[in-house]
Amino acid sequence: MSESIIQIQHLTKNFGGGPGEVHALADINLDIRQGEIFGIIGLSGAGKSTLVRCMNLLERPTSGTVLVDGKDMTALSEGELRLQRRKITMIFQSFNLLMQRTCLKNVCFPMEIAGVPKAQARKRAGELLELVGLADKANAYPAQLSGGQKQRVAVARALATDPKVLLCDEATSALDPTTTVSILELLKDLNAKLGVTVVVITHQMSVIEAICSRVAILDGGSVAELGPVQDIFSNPSTDAARRLVYPGGASVSQYPAGTRAARVSFNGGTVNQPLIASLAIDCGVKVSILGADTRSVGGKATGTMLLSLPDDPNEAARALSYIRSQPYITVEEVEYRG
Amino acid sequence: MAEIFTSAFWAEYGGILAEGVWDTLMMTAVSTFLAYLIGLPMGVVMILTQPHGIRPNRVVNAVLGWIINIGRSLPFIILMIALFPFTKFVVGTKIGIKGAVVPLVVSAAPFIARMVETSLSEVDAGVVEAAQSMGASNFQIVWKVYLPEAKPSLVLGGSVVLIAIVGYTAMAGTMGAGGLGDLAIRYGHQRNVPSVMWITVIFLIILVQVVQSVFSRLSVRIDKRLK
Ligand SMILES: Nc1ncnc2c1ncn2[C@@H]1O[C@H](COP(=O)(O)OP(=O)(O)OP(=O)(O)O)[C@@H](O)[C@H]1O
Ligand SMILES: [Mg+2]
Repeated sequence: MSESIIQIQHLTKNFGGGPGEVHALADINLDIRQGEIFGIIGLSGAGKSTLVRCMNLLERPTSGTVLVDGKDMTALSEGELRLQRRKITMIFQSFNLLMQRTCLKNVCFPMEIAGVPKAQARKRAGELLELVGLADKANAYPAQLSGGQKQRVAVARALATDPKVLLCDEATSALDPTTTVSILELLKDLNAKLGVTVVVITHQMSVIEAICSRVAILDGGSVAELGPVQDIFSNPSTDAARRLVYPGGASVSQYPAGTRAARVSFNGGTVNQPLIASLAIDCGVKVSILGADTRSVGGKATGTMLLSLPDDPNEAARALSYIRSQPYITVEEVEYRG
Repeated sequence: MAEIFTSAFWAEYGGILAEGVWDTLMMTAVSTFLAYLIGLPMGVVMILTQPHGIRPNRVVNAVLGWIINIGRSLPFIILMIALFPFTKFVVGTKIGIKGAVVPLVVSAAPFIARMVETSLSEVDAGVVEAAQSMGASNFQIVWKVYLPEAKPSLVLGGSVVLIAIVGYTAMAGTMGAGGLGDLAIRYGHQRNVPSVMWITVIFLIILVQVVQSVFSRLSVRIDKRLK
């Protein structure tokens, strides 16, 4: 087991005071390991952004400690904190690029802040743009780029100070499914190539499934579940986890305990892929939809669907392998418990 | 009016008109420059100290806000008279270009502070936060984020300030500051030579048009969001 890079102990965060006080985070304990891709998922208002902003101390915790690379962020002076922040950089849903600077100069920005000599910074920025596949856009302005390209520039910028951790707060939420996939691929790639630890904040299961090794489910300001993605997704044990894992509409009490079900994720294939019909026609297996939360954005399907599998194990296995063979679709069997 | 097309008119008044134009331009340029030296930092401080700013400070924000409001609520002409002793103390005279610059600066600085504050408040809070997350100091955020990102808006604000100051110089002119306002009053009103007044009016119209179109174009040209 590798060492931890971020350790959060008994973290609480309240906003405001008096009767209107909001308890955004309550006694959070987390251990994020060096080199992993860690997911934090939760519904809107669960406290995801607050949690991630407590990691680089954009938000000062009300109590508890946040250790990044062994240093207690809450105990640092302002100057020390600024230095430490170079090790834990961030990308955002709205990209937050400097609109009056070229891409290259945007990537140079954190190096300017850090006092890197100009020529050296430019050279490094060029390399980073190449790494994210945007070498040809060095002299373009952000306004001339697509959302996905902007996020790539933001990633390059975030990597400019050779951080140990890259925090991604809803980094793909403003992007279409295809672009989302490509940005996630990029993050995965950088994690493998550079060893940078990635913390992914999202409300989309598909994002967690695509790249995370472990996940924490945040619910009402507390960690409801924590563990390897596969375990949590195939066996969600809390209500919060079930709400996220089982797509909307699936009423848990409606089916007898032990119903065999499959969770199908659509990761940006074309919407007119008639999965259910082709299951019936191509392998003669009839399934019913227990619940679905799928969307089509720009002709691409995303989201998840929960299908009940036939009781016959052979038929069920046939259905699963058929679904597995479809492009842009992932599936896993889950035990659908009441 | 027809006399303005005669050479006799220009022989008599050309010299003082040219001088008036020059004085107006000088007063405007010098006081705008000095007023920005004071107003720009004030506007920046207002942005930094606001409740969600990067260095919130209720007291500084409130006190500076009051000072700006007081400065802005006094009509220029009254401010100018009220400041006579101060002006005399600072530049040694109440009249001429030197005498006018003091009240012009005092009056324009709070106005500029508000213009700058408005421009900077348009800068996306997310970008400021991104800079903070990279470890930028507040000083770096001002120099590398707020001011450059707000540049097109600051330039546009600059045209409003310049035009306002041109208007103030005309008023100052009536109180002994020289320039076109002085000519308009002295010749147009007291000596009954309305043509001189009309020429100053035409010149002011042209000046305002030129300032506005140059600054508007400049603002668009430097704004990289529009590319
Ligand atoms: N600056 C603030 N002042 C007061 N309350 C806040 C502040 N920031 C967040 N909160 C509250 O804290 C709670 C958690 O907010 P947070 O933004 O962390 O949620 P989130 O999980 O990121 O949600 P979303 O998916 O909508 O981004 C919410 O109830 C929110 O209203
Ligand atoms: Mg959020």
